[in-house]
Amino acid sequence: MEQLFQQIINGISLGSIYALIALGYTMVYGIIKLINFAHSDVYMLGAFVGYFSMTTLKLGFIPSLLLSMILCMIIGVVIEKVAYKPLRNATRIAVLITAIGVSLFIEYTTMAIAGAGVRAYPQMPEFLTGTYKLGSINITMQQVIIVIVTIILMVLLQFIVKKTKIGKAMRAVSLDSDAAELMGINVNTTISFTFALGSALAGAAGIMVGIYYNSINPLMGMLPGIKAFVAAVFGGIGIIPGAMIGGYFIGIVEVLVSGYGNSLYRDGVVFAILILVLIIKPSGLLGKNIREKV
Amino acid sequence: MKKTISIILLIVLTMTLITGCGGGSTKNDDVIKIGINYELTGEVASYGQASVDGIELAIEEINAAGGINGKKIEAVKYDNKSDKSQATTLATKLMTQDKVVAVLGPATSGAFKATIPEAIKNKVVVASGSATSDEVTVDDKGVKEYAFRICFTDSYQGTAMANYALNNMNQTKAVVIMDNSSDYAKGLAANFTKTFEAGGGEVVATEAFVAGDKDFNAILTKIKGQDFGVIFLPGYYEEAGLIIRQAREQGIDTPILGADGFGAPELTELAGADALNNVFFSSHFSSLDKDPSVAGFIENFSKKHGKEPDQFAALGYDLAMFLADGIKRAGSTDTVAIKDALAATKDFKGITGSFSMDENHNPVKAVVVVGIENGVHATSERVAQ
Repeated sequence: MEQLFQQIINGISLGSIYALIALGYTMVYGIIKLINFAHSDVYMLGAFVGYFSMTTLKLGFIPSLLLSMILCMIIGVVIEKVAYKPLRNATRIAVLITAIGVSLFIEYTTMAIAGAGVRAYPQMPEFLTGTYKLGSINITMQQVIIVIVTIILMVLLQFIVKKTKIGKAMRAVSLDSDAAELMGINVNTTISFTFALGSALAGAAGIMVGIYYNSINPLMGMLPGIKAFVAAVFGGIGIIPGAMIGGYFIGIVEVLVSGYGNSLYRDGVVFAILILVLIIKPSGLLGKNIREKV
Repeated sequence: MKKTISIILLIVLTMTLITGCGGGSTKNDDVIKIGINYELTGEVASYGQASVDGIELAIEEINAAGGINGKKIEAVKYDNKSDKSQATTLATKLMTQDKVVAVLGPATSGAFKATIPEAIKNKVVVASGSATSDEVTVDDKGVKEYAFRICFTDSYQGTAMANYALNNMNQTKAVVIMDNSSDYAKGLAANFTKTFEAGGGEVVATEAFVAGDKDFNAILTKIKGQDFGVIFLPGYYEEAGLIIRQAREQGIDTPILGADGFGAPELTELAGADALNNVFFSSHFSSLDKDPSVAGFIENFSKKHGKEPDQFAALGYDLAMFLADGIKRAGSTDTVAIKDALAATKDFKGITGSFSMDENHNPVKAVVVVGIENGVHATSERVAQ
């Protein structure tokens, strides 16, 4: 029983990371119907920005987190302006291929600059390395911080989307961008803002992964990116609460499969879930079936 | 287009001319020529350069002591640029044009294997100090007659570490956590399990991960509830570092054993010095080794090259000494006689341990087990088979 609790705690911290990345996928999909493959590389860049701000600039955790979120925000907006905006009226497949191209470009540019090897994060201060014991259950301070930061960011995101003017604009564009434009909403600004929000969350996930696992490399975004995408599809792509639920679900499933089944089936089970979701309920857990009117 | 074709033709013609002439060159009988075919540039240049540093020190010492059977050694050194096909071309060149009696190198298993067909064709020995992949010297068709190595194989380390756990640590219950995406780790795990269970031990759980994984908490939580005394962790430092760190964070403080994949300074960075305690791994060579010949080697090496030798340098040194010993016993520079003498090597005393050649041209030698405390290499002992 205690082992089950321990495994669920492990799963929640892993799921938090997936959820943060999945939010970026889902928001961008919701607004321009694009699966932004470069998103997982923004997450990787977040980890590298955090690394350099801690080693070269010698900043603490919170300033590094903010710096990494801000820089990722800028990178996300630049990617959108340079790569996706000129293709606004192109076919969806053209944009999708561009997204893959951007992803590869970021990965290998980083590799050329920072090298392909694994880097270890610097030694963390005392308040980040402690371990709490509840009976025989261990909770590390890093796990606590990951979950707390994730919850704060999600609450903030809900607030922005539901209560602010720009959030209302996002929802309007996602519902019908042409109609939104006719109502006087600046669609381009809204799309940029969506990229900025999603990228900032990915940046936060990147730096927290760096602290938690202590190992980063230029291709670290690939697998978590795909899993976060599965999480977004599972929850219903385009739906923000769906991405959060999906992220935690995938995290916990992974941990339980390795913990009680065979650790080698972990990734297989995650992708089997994706296939099942696509067969049984293609719109995802929280998705609504929208009939297209002819 | 026409110009390109004529240039290619010209090159081809020149090359045939060169090879044609090569056969006619006369042998210089005053020296023994040895070929050096190593990675001096390219991605694994650090392995190749260190090996050559060791080889050159050995040749210098042999020549200073009067050479072999009165003849001095002359090294013909080429850079294969860490490229397999280049390595093969150079091996051919060394054997057919430079008329060397044997070729040393390359350092990595893949490149070394690529030169073996040439060795068999030309009946000239090739020997490597660091090609550890299991099937280098032997395949389904049997032993590759002209290929030798003086390092133990990847999977032999699994056997050695199982014996270390059983006999030196007196452990009978082990957990194996292996990298399932590399043949290296799978071979190690299979041999460890076989030897450990044959010796009366029990592997209570075998867990697996794939290269690139970062979160091992699930499998560590799973094994935490079990009764075991030691963890065997075959894999490379990228994942091993993270596993050690996460295991210690979870409160698992049993000894952790690994293989030569742990021998990189990055292991300390990834695991953190505080977590890196009670960790032991097998290695070819340790500068902590108490053997007097090791101290002498380190001193001479530092004097010549201005740096501390690593395991590749030590293996390179032993490799050249091993070949010299073979030529001496063969009593001639006939390449077939040298091959037979090398195959019959018995109790050769090297700084990476003394060894005899087995029927598969692999050395039977002790493994050096290095212990890490607080992130630094603290102890070393030789563990015989």
